[in-house]
Amino acid sequence: MNAAIRTLLVALALVPALALAAESGYRLDRSPHDPNDLVSLQAGARTFVNYCLNCHGAQFMRYNRLQEIGLTEAQIRDNLMFAADKVGETMRVALPGKDGKEWFGVPPPDLSVIARSRSADWLYTYLRTFYRDPKTSHGWNNAVFPNAAMPHVLWTLQGERALEHIQHTDKAGHVSVEHKWTQIAPGAQSTVQYDATVRDLVNFLVYVGEPAAQSRKHIGAVVLFVLSILLVLAYALKKAYWKDVH
Amino acid sequence: MAGRLMALWDWFDSRMPSVGEEWRKHAAEYYAPKNFNFWYYFGSLAMLVLGIQIITGIFLTMHYKPDANLAFGSVEYIMRDVWGGWIIRYIHSTGASAFFVVVYLHMFRGLLYGSYKRPRELVWIFGVLIYLTLMGEAFFGYLLPWGQMSYWGAQVIVNLFGTIPFIGPDLALWIRGDYVVGDATLNRFFALHVIAFPLVLLGLVAAHILALHDVGSNNPDGVEIKKHKDPKTGHPLDGIPFHPYYTVKDLVGAIVFLVIFCTILFFTPEMGGYFLEYNNFIPADPLKTPPHIAPVWYFTPYYTILRAVPPLFNSQFPGVLAMGVATMILFFLPWLDRSPVKSIRYRGTLYKSALGVFVVAFLVLGYLGTEPTTVWGQFPASDDSFFGKYILDTKDVATWVGRLGTVIYFLFFFLMPWYTARDKCQPEPDRVTM
Repeated sequence: MNAAIRTLLVALALVPALALAAESGYRLDRSPHDPNDLVSLQAGARTFVNYCLNCHGAQFMRYNRLQEIGLTEAQIRDNLMFAADKVGETMRVALPGKDGKEWFGVPPPDLSVIARSRSADWLYTYLRTFYRDPKTSHGWNNAVFPNAAMPHVLWTLQGERALEHIQHTDKAGHVSVEHKWTQIAPGAQSTVQYDATVRDLVNFLVYVGEPAAQSRKHIGAVVLFVLSILLVLAYALKKAYWKDVH
Repeated sequence: MAGRLMALWDWFDSRMPSVGEEWRKHAAEYYAPKNFNFWYYFGSLAMLVLGIQIITGIFLTMHYKPDANLAFGSVEYIMRDVWGGWIIRYIHSTGASAFFVVVYLHMFRGLLYGSYKRPRELVWIFGVLIYLTLMGEAFFGYLLPWGQMSYWGAQVIVNLFGTIPFIGPDLALWIRGDYVVGDATLNRFFALHVIAFPLVLLGLVAAHILALHDVGSNNPDGVEIKKHKDPKTGHPLDGIPFHPYYTVKDLVGAIVFLVIFCTILFFTPEMGGYFLEYNNFIPADPLKTPPHIAPVWYFTPYYTILRAVPPLFNSQFPGVLAMGVATMILFFLPWLDRSPVKSIRYRGTLYKSALGVFVVAFLVLGYLGTEPTTVWGQFPASDDSFFGKYILDTKDVATWVGRLGTVIYFLFFFLMPWYTARDKCQPEPDRVTM
């Protein structure tokens, strides 16, 4: 019996996490976001409403829920609500889907659950790997998402960069691609500052993807505690009933 | 207080004695073998999960909208705006996978201890019917969140029916109610998921348990406890009443299960993309086919079988047929097994190795079904040999491993009459061992 349980546990432990590689093969950076960092979440909310919400909505997310990340209703109303009148409204976008399709080729997707479909690592890398490319219609391209319809919206912060793909062939004939980044024009933020801006934005998008995630873990801890007490009691009950079975 | 309650029960019992009779027949005086081990928890756990799914399902239907324009949003509404909605939804989505984990382990128990063998053939047949119904139930339910994987998974599966010669295209059209998976499909899948299939499932579970209690439970030794009865009471000597012995024991099992279940539910509800696929957080888009369509993990062994079988005359029907046979063959297991003993404890090397190889093949088939066929790379492209030119219709290594796994899967069943009859079994004991 013990052997069987052990086998089962080993099997469960071996369930591999799905490795998320970008479609381009560009290696994703690990997102350093922290869902408990309220300051970072608030900064991310600010970046989101200023830069993203013009084209992308988060149509399942209500403004007043942002009280969870430490904002008051007045703060939300005064600083974040450019596209809504009532604090109970969802973060809809003013841009009609038809215009979006005409301007960008595809309507900008809703970002409510983008962190759940794309993953935080993908977003964190994507938003930091735009480069100048004269071949595209808007002059920007992306290392993670080649020929992305979105131009580099945060370019005033990051500045302009160029990307060179350098191919190396080693003695065994394996081809590897080196990505060489160069800063063409500086932005308003240094690389470190810009990485932090993106980290905050990704943190916010992860939060928006599942606002209940933090309370989920807290409730989970309580549930597991109660279950473990029940387990002790149930096991004692079983022992007591089974003592005469031989 | 207790006296009052007893009086109430007496009042009830004198007017409707069948409730007490059924309780005695199926619990208080149902004698089960005393030597049940770890593998015997999964029957009651399957019932527990069924209950969980029905109750959470009822609450989900209160907020879910089976409408192609509203479905995706209504799930997010449940996750955000419905009080406690995210818990209910995660219980239901985790429960779906848990159901299959439990049922697969329950079925494996049957293979370990020969629980399908005479006189329990009907118990097994009802069980296989439950398994097939459960697959349908899961398939219909998976469309409801209306994400990309919901949509394209349904598209792929319904198209399988379209490959059946002559009637296929009309059949697929009839199932979908439209030329593509659409609003009509969503609506009918909802009806089937919340009413039709649960009803069938409940009926089959009742039949499964009634059939079991008529013949009595098997046990890890595979010996019939009814052969040795106490001459005075008429109860099996190696049997103990299901209630209270197994109710308290299964309670422990249920709590251990809930600890694992809640760990997943509260800390990793997506289970790394296996229980909730990442692509399913993108709303269904009929114009955009995802590059890699993978069914949920519990269907993947059969999905690999489907992909492994090469098409014939440009039709995928051989693969569909193989997939169908792979599930239907389970019905014949009681007659394929010619072994004189039931339990693996007394079987010989032949069955033990066959089962071991089968389990490995099944797991490999399952893994490959979650991955693109290119996952293990390709055979060298410049293979000019006869093998490379004429035999190697695809160079994907994973497809060939899938084919090997498929052959092993079928050989386990097709060769069973031969290897179980030749196997050198040990004599079964007369009584159960603890």
